[in-house]
This record gives sequence, C-alpha cells and structure tokens, in this order.
Amino acid sequence: MTDVPVTTRKDWTTDQEVRWCPGCGDYSILTAVQLLMPELEVRREDTVFVSGIGCAARFPYYMNTYGLHAIHGRSPAVATGLAMARGDLHVWVVGGDGDMMSIGGNHLIHALRRNVNLNILLFNNQIYGLTKGQYSPTSERGKVTKSTPHGSVEQPFNAISLALGAEASFVARTHDMDRGHMQEMFRRAHEHPGAAFVEVFQNCNVFNDGAFAALTKRDARDSMLIDLRHGEPVRFGADDEFGVVMDGGRARVVQVADVGVDALVVHDEADPDPSVAFALSRLANTNDVPTPIGVFRAVERSEYGSAVTSQIAASQSKAGPGDLHKLLHSRPTWQVA
Amino acid sequence: MTETSARTPEVRTTDGIVLRFAGDSGDGMQLTGDRFTSASALFGNDLATLPEFPAEIRAPAGTLAGVSSFQVHISDHDITTPGDAPTVLVAMNPAALQADLHLLKPGGTVIVNADAFNERNLAKAGYESNPLEDGSLDGYTVVTAPMTDLTKRACQDLGVKPRDAERSKNFFALGLVSWLYSRPVKPTVDWIDGKFAGRDTVIAANKAAFAAGHAFGETAELGASRLMVQPAALEPGTYTNINGNTALSWGLIAASQQAGIPLFLGSYPITPASDVLHELARHKNFGVRTLQAEDEIGAVGAALGAAYGGHIGVTTTSGPGMALKAETVGLAVSLEVPLVVIDIQRGGPSTGLPTKTEAADLLMAMYGRHGEAPLPIVAAQSPSDCFFTAIEAVRLAVEHRTPVILLSDGYLANSSEPWRIPDVEQLDSIAVNFASKPNHVNDEGESVFWPFRRDERLVRPWAIPGTPGLMHRIGGIEKEDGSGNISYEPDNHQAMVRLRAERIALIAHHIPPAEVVGDPDASVAVVSWGSTWGAITSARRRIESAGRRLAHIHLRHLNPLPANLGDLLRSFERVVVPEMNTGQLCRMLRAEYLVDAKSVTKVSGQPFTAAELVEAFGEAIGATGEQR
Repeated sequence: MTDVPVTTRKDWTTDQEVRWCPGCGDYSILTAVQLLMPELEVRREDTVFVSGIGCAARFPYYMNTYGLHAIHGRSPAVATGLAMARGDLHVWVVGGDGDMMSIGGNHLIHALRRNVNLNILLFNNQIYGLTKGQYSPTSERGKVTKSTPHGSVEQPFNAISLALGAEASFVARTHDMDRGHMQEMFRRAHEHPGAAFVEVFQNCNVFNDGAFAALTKRDARDSMLIDLRHGEPVRFGADDEFGVVMDGGRARVVQVADVGVDALVVHDEADPDPSVAFALSRLANTNDVPTPIGVFRAVERSEYGSAVTSQIAASQSKAGPGDLHKLLHSRPTWQVA
Repeated sequence: MTETSARTPEVRTTDGIVLRFAGDSGDGMQLTGDRFTSASALFGNDLATLPEFPAEIRAPAGTLAGVSSFQVHISDHDITTPGDAPTVLVAMNPAALQADLHLLKPGGTVIVNADAFNERNLAKAGYESNPLEDGSLDGYTVVTAPMTDLTKRACQDLGVKPRDAERSKNFFALGLVSWLYSRPVKPTVDWIDGKFAGRDTVIAANKAAFAAGHAFGETAELGASRLMVQPAALEPGTYTNINGNTALSWGLIAASQQAGIPLFLGSYPITPASDVLHELARHKNFGVRTLQAEDEIGAVGAALGAAYGGHIGVTTTSGPGMALKAETVGLAVSLEVPLVVIDIQRGGPSTGLPTKTEAADLLMAMYGRHGEAPLPIVAAQSPSDCFFTAIEAVRLAVEHRTPVILLSDGYLANSSEPWRIPDVEQLDSIAVNFASKPNHVNDEGESVFWPFRRDERLVRPWAIPGTPGLMHRIGGIEKEDGSGNISYEPDNHQAMVRLRAERIALIAHHIPPAEVVGDPDASVAVVSWGSTWGAITSARRRIESAGRRLAHIHLRHLNPLPANLGDLLRSFERVVVPEMNTGQLCRMLRAEYLVDAKSVTKVSGQPFTAAELVEAFGEAIGATGEQR
C-alpha cells in the first residue's frame, strides 16, 4: 500500500452541490467519511460507494470515487455482485432505515449472512425523509407521522439485534454528533474482511428532529451512551459509576458501587457466540435509556467473494483453465461423415 | 406368429418413429426417455424430444395428475419437431394409458406393464373395466409385459430387495423398446455404470432389468412389431445431443470466452430456468461466478453490480421472476450498462403452468417497465440455437451497453436435438473496449471523463471501477447527456428519452436482415419467433411437398426488428403469425408496419403440432386464391 498517493479531503470531494436540508445529520457523516478516506491508504479509483434510494442514498454523488446510485432497497444486492466480481475493490454501501431495513431488508440480511466484503452504513433517523415524513421500520411505537396520524402500532426493529440475528460478523453503532467515534467505527468497518454493518444514529432535523437528542447531546452522552470497548468492563457515567452485568442471560444496568467492578461484563467483541452482544443490544429499545455504542461484534469468518474465488482457483487447478472446445465435446458425441 | 419368426425377425425399416414413454412421476420416465434419446443420437438418427412432467414432485401414485411423459421423435432424415402424434406409447400404469392414449396415432403400438393393471390402479385412473381385456385397445397393436414381476425375478439373485428391484422396471421397459426399435445396447450399459458408480447393487439391478427387457422382446414373439430407423444423412461433423438450457449455458460461457471477460450469473431457482444455474455452477474453471440469490430482485441486482464491475452480468428466470426484476432492468436501461436477462417462458399469468410451455412474455419484454425503457430482445428458435442466441445477447449487451432480454421457453429448455458442434475458432469475437482515458475537455481546459459521452452508435463508454482518473457517479436519476450529472431539466429529459430510444433503434444496422425461407414469391408469408420455428418448418415442408408455396420469415431479433422487415412483409399478399400467446408479435407487426397480419395462436401449454399449422397455412393460402 506504500505506493498509494497522499490525498486530502479535497481529493475525495466532488464538485456537486450537496443537497441535503441545512442542519441534516448527513452532513457530519459525509465530512467524517471524506476526512477519514485519506487516512485509509486506499486509492480513490479502487473505492466504490453504492446506494439505494432515500436522502442518505445521495451520498455517492458527493464522494470523488466510483459511485452507483441504484434503486430503492437493492444496494446490498448490487454491491454483492460488484464485490463478488471484484475482490480488489473497497465497496461501501450507504442507505437509510427505510431503504435498508424495509424495502431492502431481505438483501441486507443475506449480505450479512453471506459475509460479503462490504462496509454497510445504515443512517438510521427513524423516519422517511425523502418522501416527507412517514414512519419507518425503526420508528418507535406511538410515533405520530403523516401515515400514522393516530400513532404507530408497530414494533420497531432494533438494527443491531437484527444484524446480529442475521449472522453479521461485524456490527457497530455510532452517532452523527461525534466525528471521532464515527471515524473509528468506519475505519474498523473498512479493516474488517467481510460484511461490516455500522448503524449511525442520524438526526433528521425536518421530520424527526431530536430523535436521538436524549442520547447524543453533549451533556447527556456520558450518562446515556455506553461506550463498548473490547477487553474492558462495560461501564459508563460521568465517573464510570454505572455498569452492565449479565443476569440470567440478560444484560442489566447497575451501579458499579453496588456490585463491584469484577461483576461487570467484560466486552468481548470477538466472542464467537453472539449471545452477549445480542443481550447488550437489547439494553435499549427506545432512545430514552442508556444505549450502547461501539463495536458489538467483530469476528473472523470466511469472506464470501474470496470463498467463491478460491473455488474457482481450486477448480482451475484441478480441471485446468476452461477449454471451450473440450466443453462442447464433453457429452457423448458421434461423427457424421 | 411362430417362435421361429420371432427368433429370426425380419426387421422392417421405417423413416421415423415417435415414441412416448408415460408413467408415474416416480417411475423414471424422463430418465428412460433420455436414455433412449441418447442411444438414438449416438446411433446417428436425427431426433427431437418433448419432455412433459407435472409441477408436483410426486403427485399421488397411480393418478392422472402424477403422469410424467417423455416423447421422442427419431428419424432417418432432418426433422424439426418431436412429432405430432406418437406412433408408440409405453404406458407403465393405467393412469399413463388413460392420460396419453388419445395422443397415439390410430393403429399405433401400445406397450404396457401388465402388472400395474390391477383393480386399485384401474380405479385410480378412472377405468371401470380393464382396457387390456375389454377390447378398447382393439385398434392398436398391444404388447403386454409383466414388467414388475420379470424385473423382480431378474434381480432375485443379486441381493436386491424386491421393493428396490421394482424401481428398476423402467430399465426393463427401456430394454424392451431398445430391442423393438433396434437401438444399440452398449451406450445404455456404459451409462448405467457411470451414473450409479459406487452403488453396485443398483448397477446390477438396472443392468439385469435392461437385459431382461431386451430378452423379453426376443423371446415373446414380438418380431412383427420390430422396426429399424436408419441413421439420418446429416451435415458432416461431430454431433452431440443437447437441450436448450444446456446450450444456453454453454453459449454464455462461449460468449465470456469470446469477450475475454468473466461471466457472472445471479439467479434464483425457478422452473424451467434452474438448470442454467446448475450447469453454470459446474463450470467454475471458466472463471464463472454463480450466485443463488435471496430472491429474483437480488439476483438481477447482483448481476447488474457485476456488470458495473466489468463482468458479463447475466440473470436467468421465468415469467414470475421477470415481473420482479422489472425495476432493476429499468435501472440498467437508465445506467446504460450491459446486462443479459434470460426469460425461459412458461404458462402464465401468476404461477400458471410452471412445467408447460408458452411464449407470452414478448410484450412484457418490450414494454414491461415503467417509463420509456427500450431494450433489445432476442429469441432462440431451437434447443441448439439457444447457444448462438446466448452469444448474440451478450454481444448486443456488451457492444451496445444495454440490458438485453433473451426469450427461451419451457419447451426449448427441456427438449433436445442433435447439434453439430461448431468450431470454436469460427465463433465471432465480442468487443469489450473498457474506457481507459478521459474523453472530454472541460471549460477550464482540464481533461475529464464524461460517462455519458457517446460514440457514433450513441454508445457510452464502459469505465469500470479500478480505472485511475475515470471516477464518476451514475444512477437511476435522470442525468445530463455527456457529463452524466443529475439533471431535472425538461429539455434534457425529453432529449434523453429520445436518445435512449434512438440508440436501441440503431442496433437494427448491426443485425442481419430478415430472410425468407421457402418461396419468396409465395402469396403467404409466415412470420414467427421462438420455438415455433420447428413446427412451422415441418409444416412448410409438408405444404411444399403437396406442391404449394409458402414463405417463412423467422425472427431472432424482436427489438429492434430487422431493418428490411416492413418492406418484406408488404410484398406478400397475406401475413400469418403463429404464436404461443394470443397474438403479441402480430400486434407489434401491425402497429409497426400497418400490415394486415393474421394471428394463429395456441395457449394450451403445448407446442404447436405441424398438422395444426399445415391446416392454418393451408387456409391462408386458400384465402389468397393461389392455385395448387
């Protein structure tokens, strides 16, 4: 990688006017990514951003890389084909909660299950923005929107639980108010071989303003965000006074003083069993209770595209490279003189 | 007939036999038919097959719903159909007889497994009395054999359980017909060895049953029924017997070789297309990547992604899958990337008739996307033609940067015919030409890459990720021609809609003109597409041998249509369009050329028979007043 040219944010930025609403959380995510890319030591031409439809899905137009703005929900499928065909590329998939968890839910879970080499960024704002304010599959129960004037009666997805249930090998969460944390998660996603899923809590200041404010405003973070760190006890609070214990298979928030540090869960993102990661994801199903962020799970598993490529290589070393003449004569033949 | 005559039979020769194997879906009729076909192919006959099976994997045993059939036409001359009506029916049980006897030619031969004609099976098949005894088969030559019993006996010393031995009775039937119709024995014996390698008792049982069936023919005074079909005088060359789905798969591999870029198939299992996925998954040493996707949309999406990355992106499906893929195909139209979408049509709408054939997706291929979304359409005409049609679809997609729809159908997919294997050195190459350099100078005097800057054929460059300096963004939102930047400008959209139509229309200059087979001076022209070719060709030959004239124009390219087609059609007094739908091409021709084309249609899930078409064409010729 030493021959990768030095770049700056400018090199990764297109000349296109960014068209998100002023104040949208997407701006800070874009900035985080554009500033991070020069540090990843990859070539712009080897980087592809693939998206579906929605506000978040405009992302590729602003990255000076290869970019494919596909159709609603299908970006994980399109990106799967691209990543399978081209193991040399760094493929990022960007989309919102409607795009990836509703219409594209099927493609998302199967891309995660297969462990295709993709960095999937889910911008979760718990609302449909581009269609102007309908509830989404991550909107909370009771949510009043244009399409739920009496309040939503649906149970929302917990994106982290869903990804873990879909056998994802890398699952993380971050939020749009903390560039440093976002960049750390995005970098980890990039470095992970296989499918990396990152949920970004993202504010839609027009249709769902302040959805995550109770968690992400500066003075709330210490007490409301549980920063998961591999190998460390799970604890939070201004003075680390809170912690998480496992209790009968469930994760529970406790006062550290009550149980002692040794009783706390030591976070193991590499645990082959996703049960504890899942339990941690269940700590918060609403945005008014302490919520874990960071890397929930990062395990090594055979990457899909490479597995397919090795089958090709194995087949070629066994049967020799494809010979069309031989193929056409591979079934019983006869001569007509 | 005396025993002596049976032992020294005078084998009569005939120019062709149409044999139909019918039995329970668990009786192995497809396999039996396939083996008879292969032995005949190796013997040098021309042939055509028509497998027919129920959609259920195992319908209740002994019922009409569970009957599975395989029809094969073997001939000593060039033939194009599996035969209008069987001359021989092998019925493994009463249901098979009940279901298929009406197809048999008057005076034809019925070969039955007498053991299956018990009360229970007769009742299940709806027989009130035993047709083997009540005289209802009097108009036919009937050969009865206790196939189950003789198979069990043949296997009794082999350590095979009677229940397992019974499963080999289809090989008894095969042995019997192999003797009756003078088929070589060795290919089948060799095949049994290979197919069941490692399962020695199965090999022994199948061989014993096969030999017993063969011996039964020799010893049971059947000499008078014995027939021989001599090899056909086909064009010199090396032949193999091939069905449409295999030919299609091989065509895709060939196209990948000719283009010099890898093949990627995204597919979701669906009848009758799954065999293409199976076949391509076997050939990884050609660099083929296959993805069994989570659904039809995922399959086409992945194919599009691979195409964007510089592979030959292909997706295979049937009607229901086509409906699901429509939005992604529209995206490919907007992106102008190569994509091959293969629709192996079946009876519709909805689940329809999954295992029966129909060709009713033409207008969906033409118009089944939102907005103005034109794309090229090609159709295969025979099983082996699927090979060349696949290459043509890839050529159009790659060279013209467009999604292409290839139409095959359930009949072509499963039918087989002898194919003179082409010389791979003679196959046309496919020009890929990935973009490698900037292609535009902007207002600031900088060299830049414009993804939608077109060449003289209105084809845009294919710049794949990994190419330095050509980074660009494309998407399904309307874009400015040239720069490819998002544009909602009214004039631009109007121009882009027209450009997309024009660039597809221009392909008419890059395909061969329509050609007339038969008599170009006839009053009546038959215009056709797809698998009707075989039955139409057979019907035309019969019309010609009766001293009448007929012109036949068969279309491989359905969009754009060949440039000369309008003038050609207007030169005939009458135009007849036989289709396995309710008149889709006919409607297109009438709209495009204002010719008074007449439809001949069939939507029964069965291909046309030549006899049906002889009648229809005869009427059309009669209507013109043309004398015999």
